[in-house]
Amino acid sequence: MVEELLDILRNNAKESPETIARMLGVAPGEVEASIAKLEREGVIRGWQAIINEDLVPHETVTAVIEVRVTPEREGGFNRVAERVSKFREVKAAYLMSGAYDLLLFVSADNLLSVARFVSEKLSTIHGVLSTATHFQLKTYKQNGVLMAKPAEDERLPVSP
Amino acid sequence: MDPRQRLARHIVDLPRSGIREFFDIVSTRQGVVSLAIGEPDFDTPWHIREAAMFSLEQGATHYTGNAGLLSLRRAIADYVKANFGGDYDPASEVLVTVGASEGLDCALRALLNPGDEVLYHEPCFVSYAPEIAMAHGVPVPVETHPDDGFRLSVEALEAKVTPRTKALIVNFPNNPTGAVLDRAEVEAIADFAIRHDLIVCSDEIYAELTWGGRKHVSFASIPALRDRLVLLHGYSKAWAMTGFRMAYVCAPKWMMDTILKIHQYAIMCASTASQHAALEAMRKPAEDMAPMLRAYERRRNFLSAAFADAGIPMHTPAGAFYAFPDIRRFGLTSREFAVRLLDAENVAVVPGTAFGACGEGFVRCSYATGMEQLKLAAERIARFVNTL
Repeated sequence: MVEELLDILRNNAKESPETIARMLGVAPGEVEASIAKLEREGVIRGWQAIINEDLVPHETVTAVIEVRVTPEREGGFNRVAERVSKFREVKAAYLMSGAYDLLLFVSADNLLSVARFVSEKLSTIHGVLSTATHFQLKTYKQNGVLMAKPAEDERLPVSP
Repeated sequence: MDPRQRLARHIVDLPRSGIREFFDIVSTRQGVVSLAIGEPDFDTPWHIREAAMFSLEQGATHYTGNAGLLSLRRAIADYVKANFGGDYDPASEVLVTVGASEGLDCALRALLNPGDEVLYHEPCFVSYAPEIAMAHGVPVPVETHPDDGFRLSVEALEAKVTPRTKALIVNFPNNPTGAVLDRAEVEAIADFAIRHDLIVCSDEIYAELTWGGRKHVSFASIPALRDRLVLLHGYSKAWAMTGFRMAYVCAPKWMMDTILKIHQYAIMCASTASQHAALEAMRKPAEDMAPMLRAYERRRNFLSAAFADAGIPMHTPAGAFYAFPDIRRFGLTSREFAVRLLDAENVAVVPGTAFGACGEGFVRCSYATGMEQLKLAAERIARFVNTL
């Protein structure tokens, strides 16, 4: 039930408990209780819209930053990663395998602000060895959703 | 003189498809919420489309062998063995066709002499009776009923079989009723066919679409039937590949030689790009289908609950992507119900009579439609039946 519920919510967070209950063949109360429990346990961490920022009339630049970090005895990468994650500009942060250690998605009002964040905040953190900053130019797909508007349903309205 | 007198009588006399007639009515309207569409709302998985494009880039623009690419037929034989339980030789017992309807057409033409009778159960897909008639056979409908979930009983078959009966067409999971057979029923029908020396043409196009933990039981899993079975299956429904027109026939060599002859002279071979797409579709079928099957089952649950709440009786469909609610209590014919629903709420459903006379009192609602449309339709149908 939980797996099914999460699958439905990943698809459409706005699906009502009544509809989900019908889809899963359970009582609406049961769905509400499960969602409350998942929220309490921190499995569901929030409810957000998937927005095509390219179509929103405001200036934001997003950079993807590769960060190399010296791991620490007893904390590994966690202390630096958690410290970095707390900056408002950092929208997402992941520990990676491969040529670098942390991958950050950083958003700010303009290029200069990102540059300032990297040079003044990020690079100066103890343990950060190097950074490589790439600017995002256009979004084609995020959270599994294509940003291009879907074509109209071209199926025949009645068919065998 | 009516120039149509010059046309082939047995074709001119075919009735117009009830679906076609309703299509003409629906087409005149804008913004219809349609539960009348018998094909997946999903687009074909991208890797399959991409493989078709790559095949074109690579110059796969020529004929294939008449029966289809051998690599594809091998993949089909493996799939049928693993999922249906039938053992077929890819070189001589598998034929790639342009849709399952072409396969059935070739099979019927190969089997029937003029006047041979063919049993098929109603309500059913609109093409069976015409295809029998086009092959100069005599279509003999066998009714199925809501009381036993529209399953096909041997008693009903026994009542219609005659010494002229040559074959039986079966279609489970069923369009339009969503009925599915269990193993005992499949075995009983197989026994019936053997007892009366009939060929069984089993259209199992919805094989993968079964719900509530039900598993499809294929007629190909009955060894005693092997020598008299024509198995029809394809990519349209489970892989959402309707536009590729990709399907196949599995049949014993003694029949296949003759079936292939018709396909060879009429079609030559199925589209090469589509065959490459089908080959790709065989690579990871379970992964391709899983998200679609999950969505269909949830929609089926949703629609069943919505109709129950609206006071519309319905047997819960066990397969395919159709609900077949019972509208007899509202005092309208299927056609009146569908037309008035369209008029009042702009929701299209197909009158049950499009699938045979015994579909009267029912309408077909396809849930191969996104949840948002389905919610809208369910709400409007509930409002509509409240006014009756």
